[in-house]
Amino acid sequence: MPERPVKVLIAKPGLDGHDRGAKVLARGLRDEGFEVVYTGLRQTPEMIVTAALQEDVDVVGLSILSGAHMTLLPKVTHGLREAGLDDVLVTAGGIIPDDDIPALMDAGISRVFGPGTTIGEVADYIRANVRRDDGG
Amino acid sequence: MSAERAGRGHDGPDGKEHLDQGPEAGEGGRTQDRGRELAEKAAAGDRRSLSRLLTEVENRTRAGESALRLLYPRAGAAHLVGVTGAPGSGKSTLVSALVGEARKAGRPVAVLAIDPSSPITGGAILGDRVRMQSYAGDRDVFIRSMATRGHLGGLATSTAAAAAVLDAAGFPLIFVETVGTGQSEVEVAAIADTTVVVQAPEMGDEVQAIKAGLLEVADLVVVNKGDRPGADRAASQLRGMLSVGAQHDRAFGDRPRPKRPEVLLASAVTGKGVPELLAALDRRHLARLRASPEGGAGEAAERSRLARAEAQLAGILSERLRDLLRDGERVETTRATLRAIAAHELDPYSAADRLLASL
Ligand SMILES: Nc1nc2c(ncn2[C@@H]2O[C@H](COP(=O)(O)OP(=O)(O)OP(=O)(O)O)[C@@H](O)[C@H]2O)c(=O)[nH]1
Ligand SMILES: [Mg+2]
Repeated sequence: MPERPVKVLIAKPGLDGHDRGAKVLARGLRDEGFEVVYTGLRQTPEMIVTAALQEDVDVVGLSILSGAHMTLLPKVTHGLREAGLDDVLVTAGGIIPDDDIPALMDAGISRVFGPGTTIGEVADYIRANVRRDDGG
Repeated sequence: MSAERAGRGHDGPDGKEHLDQGPEAGEGGRTQDRGRELAEKAAAGDRRSLSRLLTEVENRTRAGESALRLLYPRAGAAHLVGVTGAPGSGKSTLVSALVGEARKAGRPVAVLAIDPSSPITGGAILGDRVRMQSYAGDRDVFIRSMATRGHLGGLATSTAAAAAVLDAAGFPLIFVETVGTGQSEVEVAAIADTTVVVQAPEMGDEVQAIKAGLLEVADLVVVNKGDRPGADRAASQLRGMLSVGAQHDRAFGDRPRPKRPEVLLASAVTGKGVPELLAALDRRHLARLRASPEGGAGEAAERSRLARAEAQLAGILSERLRDLLRDGERVETTRATLRAIAAHELDPYSAADRLLASL
């Protein structure tokens, strides 16, 4: 059986006004061979957790520009853990000051991608770090 | 591949599962255990297991297969509604509105939303959820996206199997949204109990509709975006066209003929017409359940059930045969056969006959 594609959820928590960057990332990851679930703007942590659970994704990529990352991102990782999704790789990108990164990593974000990160870098990181439980 | 094969369970003549006693039987047993565990938990209402199981089914793993063996007898009660139509006609928005309508009555609902995979990279964007966000946290709504992974026809290979899992997991109403279709992606009609074709008014020009093989498989046609100008006109044009077709039905005699669908007007955005649409779907389902296998509606229902069974069986057989071609022990013979066919020394028909005879 051919290697099945890695499945990624790209979500935008919070009240950001546009999702151009997230769409570019979604398309870029598709071109890298990922199956990308795209859920659009203004996601609550509950919506993100529900989507991750129902879609059984390997990765959740959170894109956030609004500045609310310190409250929203830990809510997402907490929700994922509560739903039993501890094995999902969670990354974040957008506008996140370096000073905030250690706290986010403590909260369960595996990697924060800064501005200027290429899609190739994101793809490589995911491929290298995704945890897959291939039961079958 | 041969190791997997050795470990695979087979149905014996008594219908019980038997394990091949190969050296890898232990591994096969574990796979089966995992399949059984997921099946039991999913059927008992555990959504995490349901989701995991859908992945196994989608990946067509042994665990998924053994789970399906257990769950298939528990499925069959759900109303499986296929929703198809041109890209952008509003399928996802309409499905979401229908989900909301069903939830008002407390009915659990599941959705399978299919989007195309890139033939080059294998990647896909699964974007239908964007329109279905309002049900987060409602455990009686389960929405799952699937990529086609090379399957043509508007669905993924495992869509029917995934629907059976959702059925067995207790969802009595299941919507399957196909990829945005052209005119030939009508496979959904083969797996769904009821097929809804969604049209937007601006796309409803007659020529397009007549061309579309899509309309021939529709049980219901919904002219969506009824809030837009031209929707009424599009609906009455469609009705007119379909009733002209109906006058020719006698000419078909006993031969299969195109369906003569009901045409409804709705707006997924304002919700107008959505309760009527759900009611029309429910009526069809009830009528099928009540119909005796002989005569009229019952006969048609039975025909479509058998067609679905045949499609599933044929799908699995062709998959098994393909596996067989690639099987470790046969790989050399296969390669030689393929070379002979490619060189036109052997025709593919004789090659296929030979393979079947050797089984
Ligand atoms: N005015 C109006 N717009 C609608 C209606 N239903 C859907 N739309 C809009 O039409 C666009 C496409 O809707 P979708 O539901 O994504 O269409 P779809 O058929 O699922 O599209 P694909 O999955 O890409 O094939 C969106 O911008 C919707 O908001 C409606 O009833 N009225
Ligand atoms: Mg859609």
